[in-house]
Amino acid sequence: MPTPTKGPRLGGGPAHERLILANLVTSLFEHDSITTTESKAKRLRPLAERLITFAKRGDLHARRRVMTVVRDKGVVHRLFVEVAPDMAERQGGYTRITKIGARKGDNAPMAVIELVREPVAKKATVKEAEGATKRAVKESKAAEAETSEAPAAEATEAAAVVELPKGAVAANEDGSAPEGYSVKGNADSGKYHVEGSQWYDQTEAEFWFASADDAKAAGFEPAGGEAKQAEGDDA
Amino acid sequence: MAVPKRKTSRSNTRHRRANWKATPVTLTTCPQCKAPMQPHIACPSCGSYNGRQYGVAERTEHQG
Repeated sequence: MPTPTKGPRLGGGPAHERLILANLVTSLFEHDSITTTESKAKRLRPLAERLITFAKRGDLHARRRVMTVVRDKGVVHRLFVEVAPDMAERQGGYTRITKIGARKGDNAPMAVIELVREPVAKKATVKEAEGATKRAVKESKAAEAETSEAPAAEATEAAAVVELPKGAVAANEDGSAPEGYSVKGNADSGKYHVEGSQWYDQTEAEFWFASADDAKAAGFEPAGGEAKQAEGDDA
Repeated sequence: MAVPKRKTSRSNTRHRRANWKATPVTLTTCPQCKAPMQPHIACPSCGSYNGRQYGVAERTEHQG
């Protein structure tokens, strides 16, 4: 017996269901984000992600497979040319469903389903691991410098890396903030985080700045764009 | 076709319905605007969820 489709059935029959899903997925690829009921969004997600996988493959055969669902050539073109390159680094999880409140007329739970087109954010654990690798490399270099005179030049290079940028203060031994400095600077990514911004808590600060402007002057970039790191904008 | 033999008495009806109870909606506080909101659902007063913004999530008392 074939495995039944996961999730609720939609519409008045199989053909109607196919039409509903095809129309939803067409709108999703056209507008990047659509508002629909939660159950439709949940049915839409696997279909949309499968089509994006085809789009990432990008050949003519894949395009024809997508054309069997999305009938609009313009939308398929947009999917292959604009959406697929943004998903190149992402291994699945191309869409995001966010629940919003119930609809007024029938109290149906609603949701926003959107394409996740922003670049893949590195996980904190990965960053920690990378930091550990860097530290290990530095320590081994320092050890080499002690054993022989020749790699002394290398050691000075390593020392140059930890030199402070202008207007920055190194983090305390326990990683807490030095007094009067509240902006975190991440030496690995070259980005800064103001207090209360999205990644502030999970960021390990190598440098601390007194203000965002100091961080910018030292060549650090605002993490997640200028708007996210606007100072004193908590609301 | 099987049909009920007796009319359901008012007493039986009311006993049955006495057990239909409403449960309170679980609420948390929005980290952005401090308004009450349901967990795992975008805030109905400011539209924020997990650091992202959803204008369609905003609700007023009268509009759905």
